[in-house]
Amino acid sequence: MSKKAFLSANEAAAYGVKLSKPHVVSAYPITPQTTLVEKIADFLANGEADFKYMMVESEHSAMASALGASLMGARTFTASSSQGLLYMCEMLSYVSGSRNPIVMVDANRSIATPWNIFGDQRDAMAMRDSGWIMLFVESGQEALDTVIQAYKIAEDPEVMTPVMVNIDGFTLTHTYDMVEIPEQEEVDSFLPPYNTTNKMDMKNPKTLCQSVGPDFHTEGRYLQQKAFEAAKRKIVSVNDEYAKLTGRSYGGLIEEYRCDDAEVVLVATGSVAGTVRAVVDEMREAGKKVGLIKLRSFRPFPKEYFESVKDKFKAIGVIDKSISFGYDGTVFSEVKSAMYGSSAKMANYIVGLGGRDIPKKMLEDMYNKLFGMVSGKNEAEVQFLGMRWE
Amino acid sequence: MAVNLKNLPDEELLYGVKTCQGCGVTLAARLALKVLGERTCLATPACCFAATTTVYPQSSIFVNNAITAFPALASTISGMAVAAEALGWDEDITFLGIAGDGGTVDIGLQALSGAAERNDNIIYICVDNEAYMNTGNQRSGVTSYKAWTTTTPTGPCSKGEKNRFKKSLFEIMAAHRVPYTATASVAYPKDFMEKVEKAKNIKGCKVIHVMTPCPTGWGYDPAVTVRTAKLAVECGLWYLAEFENNEFKFNFVPKEFKPVEEYLKLQRRFRHLDESDYREIEANRDIEWNRMRKRFA
Ligand SMILES: Cc1ncc(C[n+]2csc(CCOP(=O)(O)OP(=O)(O)O)c2C)c(N)n1
Ligand code: SF4
Repeated sequence: MSKKAFLSANEAAAYGVKLSKPHVVSAYPITPQTTLVEKIADFLANGEADFKYMMVESEHSAMASALGASLMGARTFTASSSQGLLYMCEMLSYVSGSRNPIVMVDANRSIATPWNIFGDQRDAMAMRDSGWIMLFVESGQEALDTVIQAYKIAEDPEVMTPVMVNIDGFTLTHTYDMVEIPEQEEVDSFLPPYNTTNKMDMKNPKTLCQSVGPDFHTEGRYLQQKAFEAAKRKIVSVNDEYAKLTGRSYGGLIEEYRCDDAEVVLVATGSVAGTVRAVVDEMREAGKKVGLIKLRSFRPFPKEYFESVKDKFKAIGVIDKSISFGYDGTVFSEVKSAMYGSSAKMANYIVGLGGRDIPKKMLEDMYNKLFGMVSGKNEAEVQFLGMRWE
Repeated sequence: MAVNLKNLPDEELLYGVKTCQGCGVTLAARLALKVLGERTCLATPACCFAATTTVYPQSSIFVNNAITAFPALASTISGMAVAAEALGWDEDITFLGIAGDGGTVDIGLQALSGAAERNDNIIYICVDNEAYMNTGNQRSGVTSYKAWTTTTPTGPCSKGEKNRFKKSLFEIMAAHRVPYTATASVAYPKDFMEKVEKAKNIKGCKVIHVMTPCPTGWGYDPAVTVRTAKLAVECGLWYLAEFENNEFKFNFVPKEFKPVEEYLKLQRRFRHLDESDYREIEANRDIEWNRMRKRFA
């Protein structure tokens, strides 16, 4: 029987790590990731878990030693945030290019300057092209479950690609909720031990992470792209399998909430999806046909899904907690291009930067703006909402 | 811990490299692998050694090997060694890192400091050719005083490298209280191989800083790499020492130093120097030796 506990998302993720039984964890502290790596240290101190814990001197080394461990065929974990994630950036593509299925948590936090320890998604989005699968979660429960799923996705022979599980800083990492912790046997039956030939071997010595010149380079990158295509399928099938085991499903790449007859929908990533759900319920009660598309997998991006709904809704708004300066919100530009040729009105709302609250009223305003656009009102495509001044 | 040269295996674990002829780095790596044998897992960061041995679909290294990021050699082999323990690999396997001087004393120093402090079970060999050779001979933190490099060019306003003393990796490592650290030279192969052998038999973080002259970057005839390395020691511009059980020891002290110009004049990177430069370099040498003698004695 699984048991329930009152946990922050960081603690919940730490349980996910423990249940996945990594051989090596390496980490370096940074707010708001710290309570996760502290919880892992507690597990070891209490004798509740048994793995090597490398307390390294920087995030660059955290990811480099995770790479070293993975090269030996070890299941590895690390976690970081914000400046730490940027600091290990160089290693991210080493890990993905050499197809090492490391799982990491990024406790999403803004990036300096200005220095800011609070949550937005600018850190992760800056790593968009690092070759990592990027999943975003909505709750502590989803954090725990997604860490376990992440290993199954990453280590799949067709995928062999690292996974970054994104947990919104503070809004999730430091917020407590009831979380169901699966039994170890349950997880063991779902997640087999990591087995690979992509590792050092004393009988048959290997050369790994090799330099590859122009002659073969494109082929390697093509294979990475294929791996992401496989990951699209795997994220869905792993979610389904996990749902059978635990009764909890997160939809795979995306989750539609009350979208069937919806006229106007918002696309949300991470914790804000939870608030949008509540707003959808309230507005539905008032007779408004609204829905939510929760984007769970940012990479691989569910292009086919967005293509398939390009004429389903009258208007689509995308909530972004990051912006690619000089263009659009990061998620918005992806949605827009996937829905190329769509008849729907589209708008992008930039909110929650540096940890600014996203109240229900603001989300309701978004829906109302979208309804306004449907009835012919002109609105700027990209809008910063809730500003003190323009 | 004597290495019997007669008993060394004929088998080569490094051959077919694309380095320049007379490359000191290759010589050091080859000797180290002869001692460590095939039960070795190697990693190298970006540097001449990696670029000339390991480009797909070829490799001239016949043990497990991985290339890692320029600043990340120590952290990568640490991860390998720790994982091997977690996975229950045999204890006789050596986790070896080979990096250039830039990859060690500059960009890789932080990671090496971390590995040294954690005392991870690795052998780290810094092959010192006194510059960033893979990128075309730019200065590093251990480039010799007054040496010409592409970023310390000589001219009316410059006599080359400005730092009077090489950063002392050996003492930096000793300050971490690693179980074993040493300096070495490819001109003293027995000494070097014995140090590697010793390192192999000690658990924890072992660091060897070996001088590996580079004919291309230093500008000398590839036939005289060993002679050049030997002259560096005989002139007192390099030294052979060990730190073990918290004690320093010189392995070889020339009775009398040869004049520094015997070493300097062999190399194009010093050809702008004159008599007064030689005397200044000699004075620096004496300051350094007095300091080391006080400290190591
Ligand atoms: C982060 C980073 N910065 C710079 C480089 C470019 N780079 C590659 S090798 C190298 C120099 C290597 O010098 P050294 O470590 O002394 O080794 P050598 O080639 O001289 O043996 C440099 C600067 C890099 N690969 N990565
Ligand atoms: S440049 Fe120097 S260090 Fe590099 S391969 Fe040539 S001789 Fe060796």
